[in-house]
Amino acid sequence: MNHPRVMILHAPGTNRDREAAAACKQASGDPEIVHINQLLAGECELAAFQMLLLPGGFSYGDDLGAGRLWASDLFHSFHEQLDAFVEVGKPVIGICNGFQALVKAGYLPGPAPEQVVTLTNNKRGHFECRWVRLRPNAESQCVFTRGLDEDIYCPVAHGEGRFAVLDPAVLSTLHTQGQVALNYVHVADAAQAADMAAAVPACGNAGYPANPNGSMDDIAGICNAAGNVFGLMPHPEDHIWAEQHPRYARGERGGLGITLFENGIRAAKAFVG
Amino acid sequence: MNQVYRIEVALLPKENPPDLLLSDIRSLGIAGVQHVQQSALYFCYGQLTPQEIELLCNELLVDPITQTATWGLADEPVSDASGVQRIEVGYLQGVTDSVADNLMKRAARLGVSGLIEAGSAQCYRIQGSVSATDLDTIAHRLLSNDIIQHYELGQLESHVGKPLASHVIAAEEVPLAGLNNDELLTLSIKRLLSLDLAEMKAVQAYFEAEGRAPTDVELESIAQTWSEHCGHKTFKGMVDYSETIDGETTHELIDSLIRTYLQVPTQTIAAPWVLSAFVDNAGIMAFTDDYDVSFKAETHNHPSALEPFGGANTGVGGVVRDIMGVSARPIANTDVLCFGPLDTPMDDLAAGVLHPRRIYSGVVGGVEDYGNKMGIPTVNGAIVFEPGYTANPLVYCGCIGMAPRGSHPDGARPGDLVVVLGGRTGRDGLHGATFSSIELTDETGVTSGGAVQIGNPVTEKMVLDAILVARDEKLYSGITDCGAGGLSSAVSEMGEDTGVAVRLEMVPLKYAGLQPWEIWLSEAQERMVLAVPPENEARVRAICERYSVEMTIIGTFSNDARLHLSYDDETVADVSMAFLHKGTPRRHLVGEWADPKGAEPIELWEAKGSALREALLGILAHPNVRSKEDVVRLYDHEVQGGTVVKPFVGLTNDGPADAAVLKPLEVEDSRRGLAVGCGFNPQYGLIDPYAMAVSAIDEAVRNVVSVGADPDCIAILDNFCWGNPTKPDRMGGLVRACKGCRDGALHYATPFVSGKDSLNNEYQDNVSGQQVAIPPSLLISSLGQLDDVTQTCTSDLKDGASHLYLVGATLPELGGSYYYRLNGELGASVPGLVKEGPAIAKAIHNAIQKGLLLACHDCSEGGLAVAAAEMALGGGRGLSIHLADVCTAGAEVETKDAWLLYSESNARYVVQVADDRANEFEALIGELPCARIGVVEDEPRLSFGSASGDELFSVTLMEVRQAWRGHLQGGGECAE
Repeated sequence: MNHPRVMILHAPGTNRDREAAAACKQASGDPEIVHINQLLAGECELAAFQMLLLPGGFSYGDDLGAGRLWASDLFHSFHEQLDAFVEVGKPVIGICNGFQALVKAGYLPGPAPEQVVTLTNNKRGHFECRWVRLRPNAESQCVFTRGLDEDIYCPVAHGEGRFAVLDPAVLSTLHTQGQVALNYVHVADAAQAADMAAAVPACGNAGYPANPNGSMDDIAGICNAAGNVFGLMPHPEDHIWAEQHPRYARGERGGLGITLFENGIRAAKAFVG
Repeated sequence: MNQVYRIEVALLPKENPPDLLLSDIRSLGIAGVQHVQQSALYFCYGQLTPQEIELLCNELLVDPITQTATWGLADEPVSDASGVQRIEVGYLQGVTDSVADNLMKRAARLGVSGLIEAGSAQCYRIQGSVSATDLDTIAHRLLSNDIIQHYELGQLESHVGKPLASHVIAAEEVPLAGLNNDELLTLSIKRLLSLDLAEMKAVQAYFEAEGRAPTDVELESIAQTWSEHCGHKTFKGMVDYSETIDGETTHELIDSLIRTYLQVPTQTIAAPWVLSAFVDNAGIMAFTDDYDVSFKAETHNHPSALEPFGGANTGVGGVVRDIMGVSARPIANTDVLCFGPLDTPMDDLAAGVLHPRRIYSGVVGGVEDYGNKMGIPTVNGAIVFEPGYTANPLVYCGCIGMAPRGSHPDGARPGDLVVVLGGRTGRDGLHGATFSSIELTDETGVTSGGAVQIGNPVTEKMVLDAILVARDEKLYSGITDCGAGGLSSAVSEMGEDTGVAVRLEMVPLKYAGLQPWEIWLSEAQERMVLAVPPENEARVRAICERYSVEMTIIGTFSNDARLHLSYDDETVADVSMAFLHKGTPRRHLVGEWADPKGAEPIELWEAKGSALREALLGILAHPNVRSKEDVVRLYDHEVQGGTVVKPFVGLTNDGPADAAVLKPLEVEDSRRGLAVGCGFNPQYGLIDPYAMAVSAIDEAVRNVVSVGADPDCIAILDNFCWGNPTKPDRMGGLVRACKGCRDGALHYATPFVSGKDSLNNEYQDNVSGQQVAIPPSLLISSLGQLDDVTQTCTSDLKDGASHLYLVGATLPELGGSYYYRLNGELGASVPGLVKEGPAIAKAIHNAIQKGLLLACHDCSEGGLAVAAAEMALGGGRGLSIHLADVCTAGAEVETKDAWLLYSESNARYVVQVADDRANEFEALIGELPCARIGVVEDEPRLSFGSASGDELFSVTLMEVRQAWRGHLQGGGECAE
């Protein structure tokens, strides 16, 4: 079996590396947590991997802004390696702090280096940890959400996750080019809410707390124009086993985040030599 | 030419963040403020071109979507719109400023080489009509803390670019020869040594025999090692105890509380799964065949009273380091927080006391910051508001760790290097150990300003990452965290059996100017000490470089059993380890306790329907009982992916859970899990600390059993927060509590594996002369184990035709109950130990394992009525309950509706059982006290029938929800 190699890029202060690795392993990938200093020192090369994952946490303590210093690493120290990785079409996923870094380095929505969107302070002004329902956009070319016909149910845990754009044109481009990959949705009916089939009707704007941070157009995740670079604020890696579901004891199942990783690994397989 | 530049980064006008400060400002009694806008300030000193400053802004400081920067020379005046006044707050010189540190590092990487020093600060633009006095109040009370910060009403003058005052660095001799008793005591007080006369005399005698005067380094080391905080003199002392019950007085001489009441029970229980108790930084238990679990709780009360954010922040950091100190990865945090009531009038506060609201938001923020940033889920805790905690808040922080069996080495060996990892040493936290052993006064903040530490969770995370690699490669032979007492405590403990020689000038400093004793005693955070065999030095260094962790060799473990410290080749300390660790005179204390003569407010037992109904809603809405979701969701309880039973459960994820259940990522291939709970009821302690202790153990056990933990495998921790033990009444209560600990632990066969005491939680108000002691406060934390995390149970009612049972007998035990306190009473009939408790716990466990329970809830604060309401709220279903059926084990009085509803008797569980499993369940319960008390219904209503069979009262689920959650902003959570 050819298990694609996944680099989980650890930066000082990232802290969801191990769950991300567990998710990649569960999805038949071959994850390896690599410290950013190993890349800086040239001890290993991005090109030897088929997928890149930037995990959640507080890289560099979020000093000077969430993901800002990590973005500076990406852009100033590895941009040649990373550009090549992205251009060849290998899948890249940034989760939470990793998403913030990709956005601030300009890789999302891309092309780098211009930053045209951001993830900023939650509308309520504080950190929040709660479960959210995410609906994959069937119109998106994102390789991670492609073909998913079930909603994903997983936690958010962040203080700076509100998606915002430089100007309205950026937002409309994201929509027209299918770069909005995941939306927060609210399902009003409690009985239907237990069902993760995407056919369950969502009610209009998600509103708080379904959209926990006040993101524009309920956007939870976006991809680049080619669909291989993807970022999202919520943590699908924290719902890869049934018993992680907050209502497991009530018999509720489904909405596993593992599907995103399976899609990514599938796309990465094309690059296994 | 070198200049100081000032860069201000503000939000663009289109951004409109919530004005979270406004309500805090209004709570200060200041009404004129309309709006507060915050912006970030950076001071940069050096030779910088405009292009370079723009580069720093664009690359590092400004998010172009939401922010904009203005900059200029720091001494150029900035202008604001009319009606806007500024408050600017910066750090004092020498205080850790990680934002500035990162700015410096990045600027260098961007090629901005002219930047010599940076500093960060905050600007608040206050809009509205506010007098200068009010502005100063806002700055002083809300925005700035004198201990670490300074502020300006207007433009801040930064210390950036100004040289630190230079000092002569040398140890000084402190002559003791010939000092009389008064002079010795004066010296102890003057130097904040917190040593009593007997101890000062022992020090005097030692140095007389040595034929010389001690240095300040030696004196400080001894004071730290002998401090209550580090030495537990009270718990190890002799207690002359007398107890008067029913007019009869008995005397007893107790040789060490800790041994008699905490360690001996653990030895008696002799649980094979306890691998280490009371010896290391944390208790260690077997978890799987390959992994051990460790557990520890600490308190950080005095620092949190003075600097709430920093105090709580470093409280979490400290207990996490305790877990790192047993070579484990921290997998979960717990926190129990006690404050004064949030609506305490400003005028009621004694001088020097921060308002409870400020302490509350600072402490919660500190816990949030450290746990979230280290990536450790905060999964269990409590928040308690009592007037007794106003001047002296309590911050209990717990941590659970996981390590492969056999990965924690025994200790330092002669020849090993003394290696310090992590943060640099500054003047932060000086005298923390001795300071925590004294009472607070309104001057404490001024005299022990240095006793507050500043945390940096990401530094600690980096140290953790490096240590786990070093552990797995077996590169060190000993490890200890630098906590209270700093290097002095850590290094001299590690070297107690061997001896150690340290060169203090090798210790990496944040800034120059520290005296040798300051280096040795500093409680600067995020430092760990390893004993590394010389052959492993290079590998440890390589790992530290990989993880960007600073590593320094500061000395060598010797074989002369002496503590030898030098600074630039001058000996500054040379004392025997035996004297340092064993030379403290045994403390003798007197404890007196008499049974309370509190009256029972029997008239409250007569309450009828509507009063009982109001009581239910009142208890549900009590600040100690109601939902803490607004706080709990600030903590990341999901990181590490192991939280199976979360803090909130139920149909809409907002019902209370009894305990958290964890499935550690380490044991991916196993289904074993951990359950984390706690018991805490200071209200009982006001009546009888013995009852408080047994009840806390009972509750801690019930918490974890309710979610499926095996009652044969529960470890517990004791954390005492008490008043001044030299006062016989405080000491008497402490003895009572310890006796309760012994009896409770033996009864449930739950061994204590670790514990900690925080004494002298009293506040001497210098103005009024009033002495305020906190309520006697014992936290029992419990850690249970489950064979299979898929066999848990939660408190929310589930679907299907089913009955409600109350397991355990309800007795007229309302003393200290929420029902009484809602009516302004304390009472006397406090709950006690229940004979059938262990058998009931086993039965509940068996029932969960057999899948007989749809829901299970621990019956505690607010009794049956509150437990039932919480279950209904979690499940979105109704209940019809008949009090006539409740098992009272023969306790009979004429009117008993009130106590059936609100008694807080121990060893009770409310469970939901499906109709078709009812017979099986009843057979399993057998002869234990238990009764079917009601039916689960779909109609969202809770109705109670009285003991005489009549209708008593009912409430709708909406009313329950409004009482329990109505205070939360934004109202109800929805399922998605």
